[in-house]
Amino acid sequence: MSFISYLINGISLGSVYAIIALGYTMVYGIAKMLNFAHGDVIMVGGFTVFFAVSMQGLPTAAGIILSVVLCTLLGITIEYIAYRPLRQAASSLAVLITAIGVSYFLQNMALLIFGANTKAFTSVVTLPAIKLAGGQIMISGETIVTIVSCIIIMTGLTLFINKTKAGQAMLAVSEDKGAAQLMGINVNGTISLTFAIGSALAAIAGMLLCSAYPSLTPYTGSMPGIKAFVAAVFGGIGSIPGALIGGIVLGIIEILSKAYISSQLADAIVFMVLIIVLLVKPTGILGKKIQEKV
Amino acid sequence: MKKLTINKNTKDNIITYGIIIAAYIVMELLINTGHISSLMQGLLVPLCVYVILAVSLNLTVGILGELSLGHAGFMCVGAFAGAFFSKCTQGVIPVDLLRFILAIIIGAVAAGIIGFLIGMPVLRLRGDYLAIVTLAFGEIIKNIINVLYIGKDSSGFHFSLKDSLSLGLGEGGEVIINGAQGITGTPKDATFTIGIILIILTLVIVLNLIHSRDGRAIMSIRDNLIAAESIGINITKYKLMAFSISAALAGMAGVLYAHNLSSLMATPKNFGYNMSIMILVFVVLGGIGNIRGSIISAVILTLLPELLRGLSNYRMLIYSVILIIMMLFNWSPKLINLREKYSFKRLFKKTREVQ
Repeated sequence: MSFISYLINGISLGSVYAIIALGYTMVYGIAKMLNFAHGDVIMVGGFTVFFAVSMQGLPTAAGIILSVVLCTLLGITIEYIAYRPLRQAASSLAVLITAIGVSYFLQNMALLIFGANTKAFTSVVTLPAIKLAGGQIMISGETIVTIVSCIIIMTGLTLFINKTKAGQAMLAVSEDKGAAQLMGINVNGTISLTFAIGSALAAIAGMLLCSAYPSLTPYTGSMPGIKAFVAAVFGGIGSIPGALIGGIVLGIIEILSKAYISSQLADAIVFMVLIIVLLVKPTGILGKKIQEKV
Repeated sequence: MKKLTINKNTKDNIITYGIIIAAYIVMELLINTGHISSLMQGLLVPLCVYVILAVSLNLTVGILGELSLGHAGFMCVGAFAGAFFSKCTQGVIPVDLLRFILAIIIGAVAAGIIGFLIGMPVLRLRGDYLAIVTLAFGEIIKNIINVLYIGKDSSGFHFSLKDSLSLGLGEGGEVIINGAQGITGTPKDATFTIGIILIILTLVIVLNLIHSRDGRAIMSIRDNLIAAESIGINITKYKLMAFSISAALAGMAGVLYAHNLSSLMATPKNFGYNMSIMILVFVVLGGIGNIRGSIISAVILTLLPELLRGLSNYRMLIYSVILIIMMLFNWSPKLINLREKYSFKRLFKKTREVQ
């Protein structure tokens, strides 16, 4: 029975990873850059809810909306100031380092405003826990909300990309920027939109993560950020279903190895699985194979 | 009479060595005349460590052209291998310097071997995938060291991955690597002079490699893999060569780092991916493939937070802003055009043309 509850916990953690990985994968698909600051947007989302609900006493719904709006604006601003000027730069490493700079900036800003102490985050979920199989399996409200929101986000995003004009524009830009521009697509606007969506998802992920693991520091976002990035690569970077599969598999592996093998080695096992997958299939589970041309 | 001509590369190298030696002489003079605070003196060995790391990572990133985010992992291997050796032989080899040199060799070889083993499967991957796998390896190395327990008693060495009790040490046994507590009581053998000697050694290895036949083969892989392969360059061999030399040099820096501290622990801060990223920042900011640039930027970026210490809490914030602005200034195509338009050279040229 405990195996099933571990599995459910794994799916729940994996859902959070999947939501974060979506942000990575969309940005990578469209701007071909690793956005190292994404993990810190998660932290900003968590702190905004903490500030609004726990410090100012606003209703939870208002806190959530505020957090999503703020992170969306933050994502657009970061893209505009730090990444856009470097889009045509000679080396793709330049924008990677700038992203690291942005990540340091966000962490230290949070450190200045909120201090280094760990904050106790009050869960935004008020749903009671569900007992199954005569009370042997307990599923917490946070777990249910996390899994349900992951499903909603995945469906919504797939519909958005396949059914709307803006979504089609995203696909076009990720395939070929120059050709998309010639077809009258606003490339800069589309990239901004991608960052906006990715950051809004990061805000939601931040809330869910902090509700499940209620401690908040300026460095909260960096490790889940890296793991979600691993999940995105694992599933095939640039692919939305890949992010879902990668996230869930990673979450399950992490929780199961924490439970059955060693809590200290859990991260090492997660990374080991990633390496094995990449060595067998170098572009991830659902990644497209790109033919190299001379 | 035949005019003495110096090769351009040789001249460049002499300048690089000259900078290091001049910096050493100036620092030694300042220390001996007491013009340097103890805080700055404490920074000298870490500075040497970072310079070696930056130069060695530049070999992978700049010369081989592959992005590696696991450099701190190799440093970690070197640090622990070297410190382990020093701790074991503290009573056996009485001469500190000899023991330290042996420790450096052992640390470098250990890191080089790990680099070779990791490089063999991993270097098949390209670009960002290689980056994420090296990041993963760096984290794995750190995690394994954190659960590694090694003890020594009369019957030999004992290994465990659980805790120090399960080592089953006999009477008089001693735990050497104590899991997350790491190694304590490493002899403090590292000095600024040894650090400078190691920097020069690193430079000799890297600069000679770059200007050799092997180095040109490595750079041809960076510039065009398919063309290099088609003229018969053994891609795997040269990639592995550059990668393992880079790892071995990082291991050497690790030994120096370990012998500057009394207790060595593998924390996310010193051997995690943050450290790898920091080294990468040195390399990119100094100019990818430019060895002298790596040295200068490693020194500046290590000193910058210390110089900003007066601003207390704001220093890392300012550091990050400076980092972003420097990257934009150096790399943004628009700003590069603007700079060229208003550069001193151009303005000077114009006035001459008018005359």
